[in-house]
Amino acid sequence: MKIVFTAKGTDMDAAMDPRFGRTEFFVIYDEDTRNVESFDNRAIEGEAHGAGPKTAQKLAEYEADVLITGNGPGGNAATALKATGIEVYVGAGDMTVKEAYEAYKAGSLKKA
Amino acid sequence: MGKVKEIVVISGKGGTGKTSITASFAYLGGKELIVADCDVDAADMHLLMAPDFGKSEDFYSGELAFIDQDTCIKCGKCQDVCRFDAIPVIDTQYVVDPLGCEGCGYCARVCPVDAITNSEPNVGKSFISGIRTGATMVHARLSIGADNSGKLVAKVKNEAKTLAEKENKMAVLVDGSPGVGCPVVSSLSGASFVVLVTEPTVSGLHDLKRVYELVKKFGIKAGCIINKVDLNTDLSGDIRTFLKEENIILLSEIPYNVKFTEAMTDGKTIVEYDKELGNIISKSWEKIKEIEKLQGKLK
Amino acid sequence: MKIAIASGKGGTGKTTLSTNLASFIAESRECVLSDLDVEEPNSGLFIKAELIHKEDKFKMIPEWEKSKCELCGNCQTVCNFNAVLKMGKMIMVFPELCHGCYACSELCPTGSLPMKQKKMGELKSYKTGNLNFIESKLIIGEEQAVPLIKQTINYVDDNFGEDVIKIFDSPPGTSCPVIEATRDADFVILVTEPTPFGLHDLKLAVETVKQMNKSFGVVVNRYGIGNDGVEMYCKEENIDIIASIPNDRLIAETYSRGELLYPAIPSVKEAVISISEYIENNKGWAK
Repeated sequence: MKIVFTAKGTDMDAAMDPRFGRTEFFVIYDEDTRNVESFDNRAIEGEAHGAGPKTAQKLAEYEADVLITGNGPGGNAATALKATGIEVYVGAGDMTVKEAYEAYKAGSLKKA
Repeated sequence: MGKVKEIVVISGKGGTGKTSITASFAYLGGKELIVADCDVDAADMHLLMAPDFGKSEDFYSGELAFIDQDTCIKCGKCQDVCRFDAIPVIDTQYVVDPLGCEGCGYCARVCPVDAITNSEPNVGKSFISGIRTGATMVHARLSIGADNSGKLVAKVKNEAKTLAEKENKMAVLVDGSPGVGCPVVSSLSGASFVVLVTEPTVSGLHDLKRVYELVKKFGIKAGCIINKVDLNTDLSGDIRTFLKEENIILLSEIPYNVKFTEAMTDGKTIVEYDKELGNIISKSWEKIKEIEKLQGKLK
Repeated sequence: MKIAIASGKGGTGKTTLSTNLASFIAESRECVLSDLDVEEPNSGLFIKAELIHKEDKFKMIPEWEKSKCELCGNCQTVCNFNAVLKMGKMIMVFPELCHGCYACSELCPTGSLPMKQKKMGELKSYKTGNLNFIESKLIIGEEQAVPLIKQTINYVDDNFGEDVIKIFDSPPGTSCPVIEATRDADFVILVTEPTPFGLHDLKLAVETVKQMNKSFGVVVNRYGIGNDGVEMYCKEENIDIIASIPNDRLIAETYSRGELLYPAIPSVKEAVISISEYIENNKGWAK
């Protein structure tokens, strides 16, 4: 499974970014290959409106199965994400990416 | 992971005393805080905080079309496609009206001679200032006629948050935007605690309920200060009932007192100006600190 | 005759003034008051009138029709507001972000994004005696005030003749919605309070109306508090202070109950009389 995290850095030790639309980075973890990738989303700061859907579209390119974030995507972003079929889990805003992953595996995150 | 707390003060309706109260909190919190004035359309905190405007940055947003008259062949295609009546003919020339242009870029796409360019206009300025309490304040000014999209608010907030994290401050204190639109949503995003300032008038209660709908949607803990409480006992009662129903903490009730405005006129926060009113506000601040477990680091 | 009532700062008394002024004028002639603070309309709390008409207000939004779509993505390219996105094999439209420029629709090579109506607000029309009251409100989640403000003004133009005095209660501040609300006004009344906050925001409002080449005057509310900063500024800038309403706890209490002020409070009655006379003498409205 491919899992995406909204983060403030580029690796598993990075802090989670509680936001979705304006998250600084994505950390993408492929459970099968154990590969860790990242995407720099900071250009989104320049967008006045529509940050959520735009970020969702970027995320769609990675074809991830699961998204783990903090507060959860806003209305428009959620609509966009639904179209991709990705599963969204929230509540990891205060953790590191690694901790968030462990929480997800342990079933302690909430499904949005 | 050191997540900095954000206390956001909003009101829904204007004129309830939001900025005056926020200024008092800023005074009480002193150096422990980073202050953010997110009321960018009509920013007023600086009138009480004596900022030094140390650092300023131009703010660009949206798009504005511009027609190069030398290249223009006056075919009128741009005017045909503009849905916002923003390309009038003035003295036989097709000219973009900057106040009407929505920045959609359609005119530029249809111009057969590429006479139209789009630029990101300078629509305001943001500042980082030292203020008289010894703290740092992030504030901004949106230019006239600009689209208050919440982007400038977000910028002010993020700047404040970054500073607070870097300098290990106790909290970010935000003077929020009025109303219920994008700027308020932007003021609220990331908030740990919301202070609702209201007054016992039909407008006050009406707007309190509307703005609380937003707060509820974000699931943020909230407290309320009823200003001018003795103006109308029936409505104060209605407000208290509403607060109870929604589990909003009643932080304090401030009596109607001209000293409130006198302090502002004197360039002072209320806690500096009047003991009785100041005490009530100090108690509210202490309550907020307790609820949010804010611990000062300075002795 | 179109009069817009505006202010830089919120809470100065725009709605108080517009409701009282309109009600007073309506005692002797036909008048229509429109609340253009479409995000948060409040004047209705002070006007007791009968609802005579209600209509939904729409904006035009593109709707994706997939049968002929070739997923070229041109729609996304031409949208400056991120309102149209190509997500895999779908075209998604985000109505709240759409500004209604029609670019995606008209530039689509296959005609797969026809523009359709989407409700974004409601307009309600009330009447009591000579006073007509129009209130427009955005539906929850709808962010853009400008289209509804525009449509409300058009409604007033279409339904009320030249001889009806038109008063527009505008939103506070100086951004787009205020520009739209005051755009067609023959005269703008700026309401302020004589305090540093009031003065600061008044200056912003003055800058705005000057940039729009509007004829304007100032009404000072809660006169007696604060200082003479506003008075001095108006004197220096040659701005007429048309009327002053004194600071009075009784006024605040009456207002708090949602009641009109001028019937029972002489100082407010004097103010609305002064304002009516000023406009009649200086701007001359059609008899």
